[in-house]
Amino acid sequence: MAELTLKHAAVKAIYTVVPKTIYKSIDYPFFSEEEAKMFSKTTGIIERRVANADVTASDLCYQAANALLEELNCRNEIDLLVFVTQSPDYFLPASAAILQDKLGLPTTCMAFDVNLGCSGYVHGLLLANRYLQNGGLKKVLLLAGDKSTISTHEKDKTTFPLFGDAGAATLIEFDPNAQDWFLDAGTDGSGADAIIIPGGHSRNPYGTIDTSDFTSAPGVTRSLKHLHLDGMKVFNFALKNVPNSLRNVINKADLSIDEVDYCILHQANQLITDSIRKKVKSSPEKFPSSIQLFGNTSSASIPLTICSELKEQMASQKLKLLLSGFGVGFSWASLLLNTEGVQTKLLEYE
Amino acid sequence: MEIIDFIKVIEDEFEDLTPGTLSPYSVFRDMDGWSSMHALIFVALIDTTYDVLLTGEELKSCITIKDLFDITVLKINGGGINA
Repeated sequence: MAELTLKHAAVKAIYTVVPKTIYKSIDYPFFSEEEAKMFSKTTGIIERRVANADVTASDLCYQAANALLEELNCRNEIDLLVFVTQSPDYFLPASAAILQDKLGLPTTCMAFDVNLGCSGYVHGLLLANRYLQNGGLKKVLLLAGDKSTISTHEKDKTTFPLFGDAGAATLIEFDPNAQDWFLDAGTDGSGADAIIIPGGHSRNPYGTIDTSDFTSAPGVTRSLKHLHLDGMKVFNFALKNVPNSLRNVINKADLSIDEVDYCILHQANQLITDSIRKKVKSSPEKFPSSIQLFGNTSSASIPLTICSELKEQMASQKLKLLLSGFGVGFSWASLLLNTEGVQTKLLEYE
Repeated sequence: MEIIDFIKVIEDEFEDLTPGTLSPYSVFRDMDGWSSMHALIFVALIDTTYDVLLTGEELKSCITIKDLFDITVLKINGGGINA
């Protein structure tokens, strides 16, 4: 179990961009009315945002980052760009390199992609902190976003209605007076096959596999090119690991759950959020939720929830936030983050 | 822990269920509109109420409410398929 105390970094701004196009759960043609109601009641998802065919995760993150850099006037001061995504523009090069150029960042800026999904935003904050903590670097731009809708099959009820697209940009700065952060993270690769796109990379390259559709269960039609999700395994993984991870962080920070202002979980589904909340014995108002309007937005779900649900509090209050990302891998990471005066913005993709 | 309390917990969770509808020998997958969502709700309910996390395999091995009750009690006492 990786447990760390992180020093000398502060989050300054979080901007998130979502596509304009809205898909409503009730309109999904492969749900009966009863199924649609049960789906929304259990997952919480009423609607979600879906990017057009010509828009990528990096495009969503670009707009978020460009607005942030413009409004905070720090374009020339970025030392490192980290792009957390599992839907990059190309196999290679890294999308972070393309974004460095497109955003007009200096060529002295390091840039790399991180291949993580739902736990990726918290891992990205950890990376940013590690590069900043000694003061050698001053500003890190963390981008986190996914176009998950590109990999779901329309006739797969277990994935297609769940996911939305979003991209976020977060500015983290070296601050010798910043309050400590506390992290707990882990991996259980035995769950790798529970959330997987099996085809298309080195293990099963296109040309060597059958990519035609198959039906594995009623309402579950996909191909090896598409995302496969074992909901029960994911559910078990989350309930087994995330409550303990949250407890580890607050113990490390010498806090009680009641002293945390908000707990922002990856928005996997509302049943998971509610179950984790009950297991750590906290109240619903401390667990803001954005899944109703945006679905599961993978690596962007935590910053999206902050921007959509906590704008005023982030700007005006000193907060103790408990973040937790968990999912594909399986991978998880939880972080106690002290914030003050963080500028946030939620934008629609133009 | 009594099975009557276990049944009450389940009936309270599903608002469409009239109290008294379920018996120990009710086949839970025969509930109206049963889907994979119901399976997740059962797992969440048992975990948050009894601190017992049933796996997909364990749930599949259960047919009746009594089966669910028995495996929950078994796991409370340190047993279970994957224990």
